[in-house]
Amino acid sequence: MTVETAAGATSPEPELVQLLTPEGQRVPNERYDALVADITGDDVRSMYRDLVLGRRVDGEAVALQRQGELGLWASLLGQEAAQVGSARAMRPQDHVFPTYREHAVALCRGVDPLHLLALFRGVDQGGWDTVGSNFHLYTIVIGAQTLHATGYAMGIQRDGAIGTGDPDRDAAVVAYFGDGATSQGDVNEAFIWASVVNAPVVFFCQNNQWAISEPLERQTRVPLYRRAAGFGFPGVRVDGNDVLACLAVTREALQRARDGEGPTLVEAFTYRMGAHTTTDDPTRYRLNAELEHWKLKDPIERVKAYMVRGDLADQAFFDAVEEEAEELAVHLRAACRALPDPTPTSIFDHVYVEPTPGLVAQREEMSAYLDSFAEEVAR
Amino acid sequence: MTSLNIIKAVNAGLRRSMENDAKVLVMGEDVGKLGGVFRVTDGLQKDFGEDRVIDTPLAESGIIGTAVGLALRGYRPVCEIQFDGFVFPGYDQIVNQVAKMHFRSGGRLRMPIVIRIPFGGAIGAVEHHSESPEAYFAHTPGLKVVTCSNPLDAYWMIQQAIELDDPVVFFEPKGRYYTKGEVDLDGEPDLPLESARVALPGTDATVVAYGPTVKTCLDAAAAAADDGRSLEVIDLRTLSPLDLRAVYDSVRRTGRLVVVHEAQRTLGIGAEVAARVTEQCFYSLEAPVQRVTGYDTPYPPARVEEEYLPDLDRVLDAVDRTFAY
Ligand SMILES: Cc1ncc(C[n+]2csc(CCOP(=O)(O)OP(=O)(O)O)c2C)c(N)n1
Ligand SMILES: [Mg+2]
Repeated sequence: MTVETAAGATSPEPELVQLLTPEGQRVPNERYDALVADITGDDVRSMYRDLVLGRRVDGEAVALQRQGELGLWASLLGQEAAQVGSARAMRPQDHVFPTYREHAVALCRGVDPLHLLALFRGVDQGGWDTVGSNFHLYTIVIGAQTLHATGYAMGIQRDGAIGTGDPDRDAAVVAYFGDGATSQGDVNEAFIWASVVNAPVVFFCQNNQWAISEPLERQTRVPLYRRAAGFGFPGVRVDGNDVLACLAVTREALQRARDGEGPTLVEAFTYRMGAHTTTDDPTRYRLNAELEHWKLKDPIERVKAYMVRGDLADQAFFDAVEEEAEELAVHLRAACRALPDPTPTSIFDHVYVEPTPGLVAQREEMSAYLDSFAEEVAR
Repeated sequence: MTSLNIIKAVNAGLRRSMENDAKVLVMGEDVGKLGGVFRVTDGLQKDFGEDRVIDTPLAESGIIGTAVGLALRGYRPVCEIQFDGFVFPGYDQIVNQVAKMHFRSGGRLRMPIVIRIPFGGAIGAVEHHSESPEAYFAHTPGLKVVTCSNPLDAYWMIQQAIELDDPVVFFEPKGRYYTKGEVDLDGEPDLPLESARVALPGTDATVVAYGPTVKTCLDAAAAAADDGRSLEVIDLRTLSPLDLRAVYDSVRRTGRLVVVHEAQRTLGIGAEVAARVTEQCFYSLEAPVQRVTGYDTPYPPARVEEEYLPDLDRVLDAVDRTFAY
């Protein structure tokens, strides 16, 4: 006997906000053109640079993992535009609550990628300054950060930092999460909270079509952005491989939040071009044809095509960005290898604000034990 | 005899249970086509279909909660939690619902659910992938908590756990997943589920371990033997209920006890073992019970896990302390 699980969905075709076609053609959009009207050639070039640097950092990290320098890496390959577009929509006072894959967002927020490498190397569990960057710690437990983001947004609300009309003061929060995460209770609770309290938070879902081996159909029967309606706030699907569209849509959502109009769900429709992480083998569960299909929609190639079409950059510019990316990679490679291992007794340092007597004793116990080897060697 | 690692042994055990009982279901994240991130359920969906091997939505509370409903309907769900640290979104369902249903219903409702959790460290992973949360579950009345340390036990214990009408939290030592051993697939289990095993007989000191640390202690015993000291190593296998008969018997002979686990020390399984041994074997003890455990910190970054985890030297050091007392 087979349980019938197919449901006949009758809702209209999902709409996708797109400003750049995969061929790099600018498509007019009545609603969103205004949101990117101020974007200059310099801005496009600078976003292109972020995209390329993001991909290069990611590629270097994958290589470092292969060489045994990192324990693991979760690649962002294919999701650069979703990350750069949304990150570039933020103002300095906005906040980010990421998953474990938002490396390009980190880059845009000024987090040194070496910190990301340190985490995946197993040197620490998040060494960057979240206060300076407003880029909070990576969260590996799926969905948990969406509630943190919502709570943070509630704090912003209480501090009167929304709806003042002061562009340097009004702030909002972006919660990143994946398609799989939308199944978690925490994420649904975050939607409810944000809706009920009208929190200044943007739920930015990178629908990369896969949660490890599980395709989107295992998580949802409706396009994800439509879920927002049930919770009582707007939802929009954007071409996640179109950096300009991601910028526009996130700008709009952030401004709504900063103006005190509450949350928005943005579904960035994209694709995880690499493995889930470096330990994953996607050939076990998905067809190569799918990847080939998405390669035609590459998020970097289309910006490049757009820039070439519009004479926004010449070969010298592209070469310079490549060179800069290569230099960054070379630097990271060496810096990653040089990261010192933590001293064993450092594990006791930050369990509590003040060490407890029990931990002090265990620290001494560990020290004495480790010293006994040093003595043995000395003898 | 077939040579299997622990992954293949659990897989073979699951397969046999599914063949023997059409009510047995496997459910969890990525357990279908992928066969689980560790491949423990490899090939099961292909052979038993998507109705019996279910790739669930990404929600642990949902996995356990729907297993409760399926169990009420007469099914025997085997839930996979992908990594130890991810059981907690399902913790409420396990502790408040799964553990108490039989008690609340005056024995009318049973929860024949198995919750498989790969646990423990030493795999160089990022956060939440190396935890040893067994004591949280062993502390909860109504749950049975077991763990295997070798392929033979893995093969039989998973089948015995599935057959049991009580809910079982089944911890698999992921750091030892690739340890090989001989398994007679058509034989009979040599022990009931709820009993400890003397993994190595000895005379001078007793070392108690379970899951990943059993191998550590067997290695320590081999090293101690070179120094002329005979350690008896006991593999607890069942953490709730605890079966300490063999431990009492051993301590009465050796007078010395070391308990070893990866989990944090405070209120861990070692604390309970020490308390019970003190109650039962007080006059036989030549030294205080020693514990070799993870320290009372969150599981540390991978680059220091070696120092955090019990190893051969720390076990021998503790044994020395029982002699120096
Ligand atoms: C609570 C929890 N359960 C399981 C996991 C294991 N896990 C890590 S990533 C992942 C899939 C996540 O998919 P999605 O939300 O789509 O994000 P993506 O990895 O595709 O970016 C799973 C199941 C986890 N990290 N946390
Ligand atoms: Mg995904």
